[in-house]
Amino acid sequence: MKKRVVITGMGVVAPNAIGLANFEDAIRKGKSGIRFEEELERLKFSCQIAGKPQVSEEKIAEYFTPLQLRGLNSSGIVYGVIAGTDAWRDAGLKIEETEQPDWDSGIIFGTGILGVDKFREAIHLIDAGKTRRLGSTSVMQTMASGISAYLGGILGCGNQVTTNSSACTTGTEALLMGFERIASGKAKRMLVGSCSDHGPYVWGGFDAMRILPSKYNEKPAEASRPMSSSAAGFVPGSGAGALMLEDYETAQARGAKIYCEVLGGATNSGGQRGGGSMTAANSEAVIKCIKDAIQFSGISAEEIDVINGHLTATTRDALEIENWKKALKNDDFPYINSLKGMTGHCLAASGSIECVASVLQIAKKFIFGNTNCEDLNPEISALISEEKVPRKTLEKPVNILVKASFGFGDVNAVAIFKKI
Amino acid sequence: MKEKEILDSLKKIVSPYVQRKEGLENFNEKTDFIKDLEVNSANLVDVILDVEDEFDIEIDNDSMSGMLTVGDAKNIIERKLASA
Repeated sequence: MKKRVVITGMGVVAPNAIGLANFEDAIRKGKSGIRFEEELERLKFSCQIAGKPQVSEEKIAEYFTPLQLRGLNSSGIVYGVIAGTDAWRDAGLKIEETEQPDWDSGIIFGTGILGVDKFREAIHLIDAGKTRRLGSTSVMQTMASGISAYLGGILGCGNQVTTNSSACTTGTEALLMGFERIASGKAKRMLVGSCSDHGPYVWGGFDAMRILPSKYNEKPAEASRPMSSSAAGFVPGSGAGALMLEDYETAQARGAKIYCEVLGGATNSGGQRGGGSMTAANSEAVIKCIKDAIQFSGISAEEIDVINGHLTATTRDALEIENWKKALKNDDFPYINSLKGMTGHCLAASGSIECVASVLQIAKKFIFGNTNCEDLNPEISALISEEKVPRKTLEKPVNILVKASFGFGDVNAVAIFKKI
Repeated sequence: MKEKEILDSLKKIVSPYVQRKEGLENFNEKTDFIKDLEVNSANLVDVILDVEDEFDIEIDNDSMSGMLTVGDAKNIIERKLASA
């Protein structure tokens, strides 16, 4: 029998805020987390701005033992462990120091590439013939599953503990994978989320592709402009988001607070066919993914109040809106917003950070305003009414919200959340 | 270098990796890194690196595999220092 799945805890480390309360405040106010990065200037990047969470040494020390901190040089692990641990605690779960793992709880925590700075350290030592100087932690800090392994050890999870990777789709996909595991009765609880390292070695490839904005180095807060006619490319970001998914009955039985229900969703790929490529989405697949998610969730398109889009702030934002319009076939288009105006594009972490922002809107009854979108792209206003792209935060109850992520490799994920 | 100085340095070096703190209270040549101090076996390679840095010596893989107790470590350090 299919189990219902709810969200009972969340954690977030975003460029514009750390922790749920700060994050809610930041997104209500449209606070930007995009800053000028001297390092990127020194390295002659075209785009010298980025979204990097401001995590203090004191904060890090709250989550890692002194031993774990020795030689730790993997920002993705730092962000992921903070967000994941916060979600676990927010759900009212304890961190038990028992011999027996918690067989009912698992983790699916994704990433794009992990521990890039640690890997660079290792490469320099190896090239200098000093491989044995690497010490013991370079493997766990650079393996993709390093983040789920770290969290698994801290929390003592005994169910499936794994890592997924699907570019910008990673976080939303992780949520749906965890959803399926609980819905099918294989786990009672799944901590899902994703993280992304910061720094020039992660962002350089995008700069080389010339898909990042280069004319906003002096005004970082204005650089990320989803749906704007002056959108000039996405601003690279980093961070982590985490959500505690739980079987509804189990959550109820232990009296847990419930943020919302996950109705389900869909993942697919355009196969890099029909206009899709390594870097561009096949529109037919995007439309199919949205339609499949709606059908699976047993709702109708008319019931959707808000879309939290992928919307990265490139010229392709208009095409995404067009795809939404074709998929929903709804005269009354829902409200639509993009978090990336405030955080930039946090790459593998974007899906989970945006899922946290999505769930907060349902739980706290608001629709955050789109920043840097005063000049709405006319191709978008030709498709939907301007009022559906709020520029200021609206205090409005949200019943059903659709969250989408579309990634490199022509991969898609759409998740549907409902107030409970 | 006196034996006691070496043992004191070793105790300091190994401390951050020790999971069984009681083992440190009775730190002597017979103390076994894994059994008495519960140093994670992966972390033993970090202990070796710290020892190398502290005493400015190099410990080859063969010597490392024979380093089970604090006494073994002390002997290896003394030997390396003498031949340096």
